[in-house]
Amino acid sequence: MSVSDLSSFTPSSGPTVRAVKDPFHGDLLEVSMGPQHPSTHGVFRMVVTLDGEVVVKLKPVFGYLHRNHEKIAENTTYLGSMPYTDRLDYLCSMTTNWAYALAVEKLAGQAVPDRAQYLRVILAEMTRLVNHSCLVGFLFNDLGTSFTPLLYAFREREKILDLFEALSGSRMMCNFQRFGGCRVDPTPEWLAAASRLVDNYPRFLDEYETMLTANEIMLARTQGIGILDAKLAVNAGITGPCLRASGYNYDLRKVDGYGFYPRFDFKVPLGAHGDTYDRYMMRILEMRESVKILQQAFRDLPGGPVMDPKAKIRGFRPKAGEAYGRIESPKGELGFYLISDGTPNPYRYRVRPPSLINLTLLEEMCLGHTIADSVVILGSVDIVLGEVDR
Amino acid sequence: MESLEQIRDRLLARFPGATVTLVTNPGVAAEHSLLLDAAHGAELALFLRDDPALQLDYCSNATGVDWPDKEITDVKKTTVPDPAGGAPKVVEEKTKHVEPGCLEAVYHLYSMALRHGPVVIRLRTANRSDQVKLPSLTPVWRSCDFQEREIYDLYGIVFEGHRDLRRLLMWEEFKDHPMRKDYVDPDDYEWEPTPHAAVLERAKAHYPVPPAATPPEAPKP
Repeated sequence: MSVSDLSSFTPSSGPTVRAVKDPFHGDLLEVSMGPQHPSTHGVFRMVVTLDGEVVVKLKPVFGYLHRNHEKIAENTTYLGSMPYTDRLDYLCSMTTNWAYALAVEKLAGQAVPDRAQYLRVILAEMTRLVNHSCLVGFLFNDLGTSFTPLLYAFREREKILDLFEALSGSRMMCNFQRFGGCRVDPTPEWLAAASRLVDNYPRFLDEYETMLTANEIMLARTQGIGILDAKLAVNAGITGPCLRASGYNYDLRKVDGYGFYPRFDFKVPLGAHGDTYDRYMMRILEMRESVKILQQAFRDLPGGPVMDPKAKIRGFRPKAGEAYGRIESPKGELGFYLISDGTPNPYRYRVRPPSLINLTLLEEMCLGHTIADSVVILGSVDIVLGEVDR
Repeated sequence: MESLEQIRDRLLARFPGATVTLVTNPGVAAEHSLLLDAAHGAELALFLRDDPALQLDYCSNATGVDWPDKEITDVKKTTVPDPAGGAPKVVEEKTKHVEPGCLEAVYHLYSMALRHGPVVIRLRTANRSDQVKLPSLTPVWRSCDFQEREIYDLYGIVFEGHRDLRRLLMWEEFKDHPMRKDYVDPDDYEWEPTPHAAVLERAKAHYPVPPAATPPEAPKP
């Protein structure tokens, strides 16, 4: 690729790019990072044009994990694709289950008992702990710490996954939510163990933060890197911690108040600069809020059934119509859009993947930074390829 | 937030040439939507984004829906008096007509500033074969960028005004649009030595003459 090919290239935002036509800098280099590159968190690929070490153009390439999830779901029953939603975001199957169940419940007008609503909040917030702890670990991997922080995160993650396994039978592919409630009721021992784990979690966060937050390399590598403008982020549909790191207060747990979130007292942390460091900090602060939500949930968990007795498992056919349900998953707004034509299979089944849409501004965030920084920026966006490619 | 009827009336007052239709959703969720005409789609969307009372600054979800051609049977009942003087006979006359299908793009809009929504808007193509162009809403909402590419890839709607309309998930050389309802899977059956049941039928169709087993060559002296 030569300099002249880039003549039409105009960066729409982001940091200043060096004059690429300057004959002094010579030719540009196009590098295809991925799909097997370890720092792309799976089979993501970015075609990066480099001027020396600096990114002047970045084009993401998707589809290496594409299996047309939506078509498969249209060819099976509503309940049939519930286990398949686990495979979307395989780190957070409890929240993807919930998002799908929420959309179907909205479509069918299905009520959910109180105990199930509390359980869903508990499981979703535990999933958030898993996701954010691991994300921070992976982010440090990208910074070059080679696994040490990640293994601290995995140690805590395993404890939560053990609980998920005890409850649902599977560590990661939980397949736990049903339309109108949850599959099984946890035992008092399970609740006691989960409550103990949550009470101990702040200690882990303190330990984690002692090592990481003020780390000199961390500060040097992440502060002022990959700045995301809040106004542009809203227009580009960036949601979740990435948007809030830019200082824009939009959390569906507060805005939509789905589930029983309005009953809980928690804050929405906001960033100030929108850089990689803020996105890191956002995860830590959200975990601390999640712990608060979990403690309230364990305190207030009511008795009663976990499944609406009127809920239909077999022969489930929602009335013709459509519904769009969305929740605040750990990665951003996860939505399901369903059209029913009155048959047992959905006529249209659509997943609104936060991971994919949060990558819309990846190029803008990386322009003008070095290729090593673009890896860290990608790490701070938090993607999972099962959801990006579907 | 205003009701969809009010939004429709304001849109029609502001853009007299446009047609905006309310599409009702019979389901429990009752999320009704506005069908915009394709010719004015982009300016109507821009109005929805910038209007101070609406400020739909966030397009959450953009997706395609395929509505194939539907064959509808009309039953026309006519009463024919019996010439013999008996009771009149009812004659049913059945005629078939094809309701042309379309490809549809659906957008779910929210306002992050005013925290309301959703307003669902739809755009429809004229047919499913040669007139599949719709205006791109990516200049209005950047979040449609990858999603419109995905619709183009999986449904085959061509978005005019999209700055980089390429396939998103399938590879460039791929020909068809897999999410369409009439998509046929490629017959990529691989030879297996012991086909059975449905696989056997497929094997017979795919390999009318099974590959002959080649005897091992005799060792040369």
